Amino acid sequence: MEDVYLHKGVKNVDYVIEMLGIRKEFNGFVANDDVTLQLAKGEIHALLGENGAGKSTLMNVLFGLYQPEAGEIKVNGKPVHITDPNKANDLGIGMVHQHFMLVDNFTVTENIILGNEPKSGGKIDVKQAEKKVRELSEQYGLAVDPTAKISDISVGMQQRVEILKTLYRGAEILIFDEPTAVLTPQEIKELIQIMRALISEGKSIILITHKLKEIMEVCDRVTVIRKGKGIGTVNVSETDPNHLASLMVGREVTFKTEKTEAMPAQNVLEIRDLTVNDPRGVAAVRGLNLDVRAGEIIGICGVDGNGQTELIEAITGLRKAAGGTITLNGKDITSFKPRKVTESGVGHIPQDRHKHGLVLDYSIGVNMVLQTYYQKPYSKSGFMNYKEVYKKAKKLIKEFDVRTPSETTPARALSGGNQQKAIIGREIDRNPDLLIAAQPTRGLDVGAIEFIHRRLIEQRDNGKAVLLLSFELDEIMNVSDRIAVIYEGEIVAVVDPKKTTEQELGLLMAGSKKGVSEHV
Amino acid sequence: MSKKWTAFAVPVVSVLLGLFAGAIIMLISGNNPAAGYAALWNGAFGDLFYTGETLRQMTPYVFAGLAVAFAFRTGLFNIGVEGQLLVGWLASVWVGVAFELPKIIHLPLAILAGALAGAVWGFIPGFLKARLRVHEVIVTIMMNYTALHVTNHLIRNVISDGSDATDAIKETASLRSPFLENITDFSSLHNGIYLAAIAALIMWLMLEKTTLGYELRAVGYNQQASEYAGMSVNRNIILSMVISGAFAGIGGAMQGLGTFGNMFINSGFSGIGFDGIAVALLGGNTAIGVVLAALLFGSLKVGSLNMPLESGIPNELVEIVIALIIFFVASSYMITWLLGRFKKKEAK
Repeated sequence: MEDVYLHKGVKNVDYVIEMLGIRKEFNGFVANDDVTLQLAKGEIHALLGENGAGKSTLMNVLFGLYQPEAGEIKVNGKPVHITDPNKANDLGIGMVHQHFMLVDNFTVTENIILGNEPKSGGKIDVKQAEKKVRELSEQYGLAVDPTAKISDISVGMQQRVEILKTLYRGAEILIFDEPTAVLTPQEIKELIQIMRALISEGKSIILITHKLKEIMEVCDRVTVIRKGKGIGTVNVSETDPNHLASLMVGREVTFKTEKTEAMPAQNVLEIRDLTVNDPRGVAAVRGLNLDVRAGEIIGICGVDGNGQTELIEAITGLRKAAGGTITLNGKDITSFKPRKVTESGVGHIPQDRHKHGLVLDYSIGVNMVLQTYYQKPYSKSGFMNYKEVYKKAKKLIKEFDVRTPSETTPARALSGGNQQKAIIGREIDRNPDLLIAAQPTRGLDVGAIEFIHRRLIEQRDNGKAVLLLSFELDEIMNVSDRIAVIYEGEIVAVVDPKKTTEQELGLLMAGSKKGVSEHV
Repeated sequence: MSKKWTAFAVPVVSVLLGLFAGAIIMLISGNNPAAGYAALWNGAFGDLFYTGETLRQMTPYVFAGLAVAFAFRTGLFNIGVEGQLLVGWLASVWVGVAFELPKIIHLPLAILAGALAGAVWGFIPGFLKARLRVHEVIVTIMMNYTALHVTNHLIRNVISDGSDATDAIKETASLRSPFLENITDFSSLHNGIYLAAIAALIMWLMLEKTTLGYELRAVGYNQQASEYAGMSVNRNIILSMVISGAFAGIGGAMQGLGTFGNMFINSGFSGIGFDGIAVALLGGNTAIGVVLAALLFGSLKVGSLNMPLESGIPNELVEIVIALIIFFVASSYMITWLLGRFKKKEAK
């Protein structure tokens, strides 16, 4: 690709890490093919690629978990053989994992020193360790309490503990693996500040991500890999998200989802004065009113924890409503059991696909009939007809482009994007009057996101109602026909995405513009 | 390495390793392992009589193993098979003693009573788990002791007048089979062995082929997803414990209607229910695996009786071998790793 170049304009850079022409195969499957990544001192370098493009493989090679078949690794200009993670640690490479490796009922300090305990006279010197952790925390502006228990602190704080862990071990190069996937927008902002603080203290950072916005905001350069192949490295200042996306996916990607004007008809879902309690018995949804019409997509937008989860659980029957009514096509479905809700014509793409959406140990084919298994032709006089089940599965796998070796592959073995496509296929195939899509694109790459958005809009165009819950403002703005802002368990405003701005939504979500009139 | 192959290879290798380690222990204790294992083999399959005894011993193991495996496959750990087996035993014997009926009704009724008693004993922990989230392991352990003492009390004070055993069951309720006794040189092999085979088939059908099995396994794998899909998690938990308990109860009926023809005061647990856990583990919680593992356990138990007679080696040694086999199955990761290394070398 002509417009991809290597770190133009900077001469004689000091590279702290160079991975040159790395190749890694697994039983004939090429996970990395001729990938080159050069990390300059003091930069934030993004490693961009779709799910399954080979980002993790490359980092595992750097971390000594895999040995490359070809290529060379240099640290500070010297060729090295990284045979195991300890060696990587010794070379000053630290990894902040996506899934935290923390002991829940240990304190912050105990977690940080784990495996590397300072001893005095046969005892662990916790006091000294605490002092050092506190110093490091202050130096980088992490604001972590060394004596707090992991189970008592937020996810964002836990991530900082992971960062401290690498710093405590003397890391000069930090690898962040999808660090923002689990964070709230506020925590993301703070993380970005922390990363900048790390850079100003002379550290270098590799950021593994598929979120283009973050790259544009914090990174200096970005290395793109696609299907295992190194595509090249570009300066962030000389590129834009569209270009990055096309490099990553290998074709043009539209961010602005194409859609025609909505043609809303009658109300499909009517919610009146709905009150729902959270597991602790505290009201999470408080007298909420909402209408969703046939042929439109309503986007629910709000800061996490304002009753979104409880609202959806109440509609789908997973949680009992404490008050109010939910009506579907004029029929009262308040506090129906999940099966009756499903049978009434509701499809539900759940927030957590591993927890609710799939039985991971079942084959992907069998998962395709998770709600309909008891109906003909899948079940007949008490016996399953797996032939019919797999026939159906094959059809959906093809239709929704689920990439799986076969329909009998365990759901667990599929990538997140393909698991999600399978769920969406299953839910849309039942052709529900109301489709609830809760964070349908969480953790997915742009290619899959585009596909899913198209499907939601298709559903709308077929005259169905769609309720979209998302924490990505871009997604809400792009896909919805109307946006309902939820704050403290109430819909505080319903706005037209074409007439509103992210700033206005932000204010509404924060509850500071409560009572704004509906301008739809 | 294919998954199926591993599932088969791990238990087989475990058994071989267990026998090998047993041989080393025999050597250390100054015995001849060859003579020891020859005596074990002769005691289990040496002639028709011993083979019959082995198959007879295997019968309750199949049921106990199926009970544990069924619960396990649906996400529950039924430690209470021992207790369910005891109440099933007593219930079947009681029907066998108390009624006067034609065989075609009496025998099925007695077996059904055993199944029902076991099911009730399984229902209680299932219900407590579903309603109050009490862990089934705790409840089933307690239910084992309850079963032991309740059956002892009933035998001594209700069914008999202070005697140590019930009366013998009526001929019409008996599983005894002159045919099987004849062809096995008058061993105590009875018709229960057929029922064991049928039970294994039923368990396989139920889990793999029926709609109920689809639901039960889904709940076992992922309760949240099952609830999301509209299944009743609580109903399935109870049902799973009831079915598991029924298997165990029939296992008890095999003892009462087949092997012993009565029930007697037990000073302690029969051990069959607990061995059932080992059988299920060794059999990979599958129906066919349980049958094979039960055969192994039956032959080890029966064969071991011959070891002191023929080779002078104490039969407790077989207990050690069994323990070692379980140890190796439980450390299956190690065996998978070993097999992997082995395969790699072959490839080179």
